[in-house]
Amino acid sequence: MARAKNQNFSKGLNIHTRRTISYVVLSILSFFCLIWFYILFINATRSNSDLTTGFSLLPSNYAFKNWAGMRKSTSDFVRGMINSIFTSGCSAVLCVYFSTMTAYAIHAYDFKLKKALYTFILAVMMIPTQVTTLGFVTMLNQIGLVDSYIPIIIPSIAAPVSFFYMKQYMDSTLPLEIIEAARIDGSGEVRTFNSIILPIMKPAIAVQAIFTFVGSWNNYFTPALILTEEKKKTLPILIADLRSADFKKFDMGVVYMTIAFSIFPVIVIYLILSKNIVGGVAAGSVKG
Amino acid sequence: MSQSKTRNSKAVSYNKWGYIFLIPFIVVYLLFQLVPLVTTIYYSFFDYYRMGLVYYGPFANGINNYTQIINDGYIFTYFKNTIIMWIIGFVPQILVSLLLGAWFSDNRLRLKGESFFKTVIYLPNLIMASAFAMLFFTLTSERGPINQILTGLHIIKEPYIFLDHTAGARGLVGFMNFIMWFGNTTILLLAGMLGIDVSLFEAAEVDGATSNQKFFRITLPLLRPILVYVLITSLIGGLQMFDVPQILTKGSGAPMETTKTLIMYLNEYIKITKNYGMAGAISVILFVLTGILSVIVFQFSDNKTKVK
Repeated sequence: MARAKNQNFSKGLNIHTRRTISYVVLSILSFFCLIWFYILFINATRSNSDLTTGFSLLPSNYAFKNWAGMRKSTSDFVRGMINSIFTSGCSAVLCVYFSTMTAYAIHAYDFKLKKALYTFILAVMMIPTQVTTLGFVTMLNQIGLVDSYIPIIIPSIAAPVSFFYMKQYMDSTLPLEIIEAARIDGSGEVRTFNSIILPIMKPAIAVQAIFTFVGSWNNYFTPALILTEEKKKTLPILIADLRSADFKKFDMGVVYMTIAFSIFPVIVIYLILSKNIVGGVAAGSVKG
Repeated sequence: MSQSKTRNSKAVSYNKWGYIFLIPFIVVYLLFQLVPLVTTIYYSFFDYYRMGLVYYGPFANGINNYTQIINDGYIFTYFKNTIIMWIIGFVPQILVSLLLGAWFSDNRLRLKGESFFKTVIYLPNLIMASAFAMLFFTLTSERGPINQILTGLHIIKEPYIFLDHTAGARGLVGFMNFIMWFGNTTILLLAGMLGIDVSLFEAAEVDGATSNQKFFRITLPLLRPILVYVLITSLIGGLQMFDVPQILTKGSGAPMETTKTLIMYLNEYIKITKNYGMAGAISVILFVLTGILSVIVFQFSDNKTKVK
């Protein structure tokens, strides 16, 4: 009965038609998400003269020469990548460890200021780092912490968004009985946290570690204001320098290789971990 | 009786660990975020800038910085630019995300490869915005592949220089924002749609509702809180727009500052002219704007957190 009615509706398109439309639209969108990276890959393997004469869908054999060109350019991108990996790795480790600890403090204990502190952290969650940057930079100038990784890494200890994610994860998966049981077995509070709570939190830690790593990896605004020494610059700053340099003199193959070098590692990591990442977005639902 | 007493006293001694575990967060937050926030607000009421090689100030000047910003009027232009580029990215983003969310959550459609498509559409979100902007700059440059293809196919005669045209430059920034964020929004909206009670759809089907009717009469109204959340958080993110237009236009906001955003304005005062008083005032204005928007988010998400 219902089915018969359904087909009478002018807008109730046949399910096969609707499915086809969906696949077509999804394919078009996927194309627009991927094509740029494909062109980037192709162009990174082509020579400057090839690139100026026309467009090609097939890779050429200039990849190694472009790589050598990149290594010879004024900015040291390999060094930049090592710097990026170092700062993002440290940020991710500190962020997940201390965010879990902060969430655990709020989750497992009862104390007077608990509610006030929880509300405070939630309230400051939305404050963009950009609005505090001026005070941050002037403070660093005064205490002489410019050109240092400390102001880039240490602030990730206090990450309200990761804290909130951890807290929500604990609400759904961490019963307080486990902590009680550990106490009865004579485990100290710090040991309970390190050897019982952290392993339970592994899935959430993985998700947040990835997000923090990528966030820090991509961060350009604040590091660009702090790091001016050539040796210490991270990848986004070097990319910006590349853009500000006189563009017309560049070998375009080298430029493409440089961009590819900064983009592809993240793509590879993403493809390996995509299940965690995509699942983590839905679970967290707190991101700009 | 005595047992419960010892338990109580023990509970008290445990609970001090709540404070101990909070120390790292609180110390770092105070030092690296709260103090800078306070000094930012403080400097906004001072004359404090660099002249040549020496700093002038800080000398208190009341609300002079604020009046100067208003009188200069740039902030309104840059606010307008930011909002326009945000809208160009956000409108298609929300429409596409709703459509994809509806398709993925439609259990009669049973689309295959859902996780593949999700992986693909989320990918651009993780790409370094500065490198992505640099990539688009080279792809759309005068002799770049986009112009090669378009002229090659005789769609256009002359290469189109995106950064010479207001619509082209803003469109490009908006398009990049769309590509970078629609996957994220789709996943959020889909999570919301999957949370809707299936029996509502079943009841509607029994009554003979079409897919369109189900979408507009059930899904959309129930999705309203999440939609508001997505809208406001996207707007807050949009106000922070910086990397893409900065790298794309080399910080100039070409053509003629029509793609210059609020944060690019702030960046100029901190980094180039080093006028800390003015930078402070811009920061405070941004802070107030985000504050208002955040309060709206909180009102809407309150119910959600309470349930949890």
